[in-house]
Amino acid sequence: MAIKDYLRERFFPHMWCPGCGHGIVLNNMLRSIEQLGLSKNEIVMVSGIGCSSRISGYVDFHTLHTIHGRALAFATGVKLGLPELNVIVPMGDGDALAIGGNHFIHAARRNIDITAIVMNNRIYGMTGGQFSPLSGIGTMATTAPFRNIDHDFDVAELSKAAGATFVARTTTFHAKQITDIIKQAILHEGFSVVEILTQCPTYFGRKNREGSASNMMELYKKNTTPIGSQAKQENPELIERGILHEVEAPEYCNEYDKIIKAAMKGK
Amino acid sequence: MKQVLEGSHAVSEAVRLARVQVISAYPITPQTHIVEAISEQCSSGRLAARFMCVESEHSAMASVIGAASGGVRTFTATSGQGLAYMHELLHWASGARLPIVMAEVNRALAPGWNIWVDQTDSLSQRDTGWIQLYCEDGQEVLDTTLLAYRLAEEINLPVMVILDAFFLSHTYEPVDIPDQEQVDEFLPPIEAKIILDTADPFALGQMVPPGAYMEMRHDIQLAMERVPTTYQQMDGLFAELFGRSYGDVDSVLCDDADIVLVVSGTVTGTCRQALADLRSLGEKAGMLKIKMFRPFPNEPIRRALKGVSKIAVVDRNCSFGAGGIFAQEIRSALCNFETGPLVYSYIAGLGGRDITGDTLKEIYYRTKSSEMPEMHSVWIGLNQE
Ligand SMILES: Cc1ncc(C[n+]2csc(CCOP(=O)(O)OP(=O)(O)O)c2C)c(N)n1
Repeated sequence: MAIKDYLRERFFPHMWCPGCGHGIVLNNMLRSIEQLGLSKNEIVMVSGIGCSSRISGYVDFHTLHTIHGRALAFATGVKLGLPELNVIVPMGDGDALAIGGNHFIHAARRNIDITAIVMNNRIYGMTGGQFSPLSGIGTMATTAPFRNIDHDFDVAELSKAAGATFVARTTTFHAKQITDIIKQAILHEGFSVVEILTQCPTYFGRKNREGSASNMMELYKKNTTPIGSQAKQENPELIERGILHEVEAPEYCNEYDKIIKAAMKGK
Repeated sequence: MKQVLEGSHAVSEAVRLARVQVISAYPITPQTHIVEAISEQCSSGRLAARFMCVESEHSAMASVIGAASGGVRTFTATSGQGLAYMHELLHWASGARLPIVMAEVNRALAPGWNIWVDQTDSLSQRDTGWIQLYCEDGQEVLDTTLLAYRLAEEINLPVMVILDAFFLSHTYEPVDIPDQEQVDEFLPPIEAKIILDTADPFALGQMVPPGAYMEMRHDIQLAMERVPTTYQQMDGLFAELFGRSYGDVDSVLCDDADIVLVVSGTVTGTCRQALADLRSLGEKAGMLKIKMFRPFPNEPIRRALKGVSKIAVVDRNCSFGAGGIFAQEIRSALCNFETGPLVYSYIAGLGGRDITGDTLKEIYYRTKSSEMPEMHSVWIGLNQE
């Protein structure tokens, strides 16, 4: 199927600002789905609220645009009801880890087969550039006009510790890697977290003097390195890209089926 | 000093003048300009307060409750979904008798995501024990916020200052910003009555058996019943100092009116114009603005509507299965009052749809030409299809 067939064109033009990285995520997510040969009807996309969450309007799957922070809770219900479908949940950093932080760790802990995509622009884009739990110390935001003193989460470490069985990270500069990683995340049976660094030139870029969108993407190129690279040993400041964690563990819906079987004792 | 201010900044200026000490909030359109301005004031030292940008509205209200329990003056602001998410804590704030003040920007609830004005968010919190004050313009927002602190701290109940999304929160108007000394005179530093006392530790929020719970609830009801008188006194004091007063209701040309339009929020401004137009056409129209919704001003409403034959209540909200919420409350205020008017209930302007002068005139003439109100609320301006 051609990429365009996965789009719901009546929802265009999209609402993203010029230079926003979210479109690159959308584009490459569709490529992975196309390469996996999935049909539109096999996919449910559940999103919360934020610029990132608008993705669910643009794709022609079964889509639920839900409440800020609660996408994973809705998605858990969808997956339990229809476990044969692929459930994909795109989220902003605020959506996933501020207001939705509780659902995030509990979905990971259950290891339910959902693909969570954290589109990390380190700011609340939709509401006008307030700092998020991923902004980090020293960053500027409309709610931190002198500088932020809140520590940030390391999404990968948090996901791992909470029980996610597939954890990966990449950036919008590394578009091909997005396709590649999302493919593997969808195929992985269990809770998968894909963190994608995506630029918000309108708020994060402007407030933090990171320049144009292409400049910000250059920074992604400069500041990241493939996992296990020599460069990381020489410069520990570099952020690692790639699949950071992948283990096999019992998946929630499968375990549930086993319980039903055991309770029915073959009836 | 008169300044051209955005409605949101009428709130933040009042928060600064009230010398609030702890603010906690989570951003949501159209509340963001309020908290961004406060964040700026705190950072620049214009306001000696602590501002927390927490991870959700639930945490915002919880942390403000924590701060207020320590006896400091607190503030938060939210809107729509954010208010809905706070619900559990709203009951807590009033049950704990904390004088918290919150600005609430009326926004429509999802699904059908919509960021525009609709009162159903705040009105669906009507049973939470918060005093609710609805505002018409920027000046009223600033003044009401100052008044809210005096009222909250006197009565020991939380106060919601409510303003319409965009029509008020994002509209610029000339607003008189009072001097700090004058505000200090009106609003002395907080003397908290319920406070964590380091010299005398005690337990807050413990289990209460049936033998005591009911009395605690009764106390809240009694406190609410004291609000109208206390509010009148403070409104009077405010008028002496600042030359402005609002009342719990504002009745305009009701004395000789046959039909009175009952409104709240920014629709009031539009209604003032519609009223002038109707009067110039010889229509005996009047207007009743309802500012205080909790406690509901039963007495002033009865007084204002004495001798009026019909009223048309304009509700920018709906309690599904019952209809316009102001209309329901007014019906119950007029119940057992023999000389009361016929109550016509209209729903208009949900989700930010415009309520123009023509809308109000349509409502007026509809009411005039009808002999008896319908049982249900009449929806105005629905798309036909
Ligand atoms: C309960 C509730 N609180 C607040 C909001 C307002 N709100 C909408 S999106 C958003 C944050 C957006 O930031 P993020 O999740 O990082 O996504 P981005 O827009 O940056 O893609 C907020 C605070 C809301 N919709 N609901």
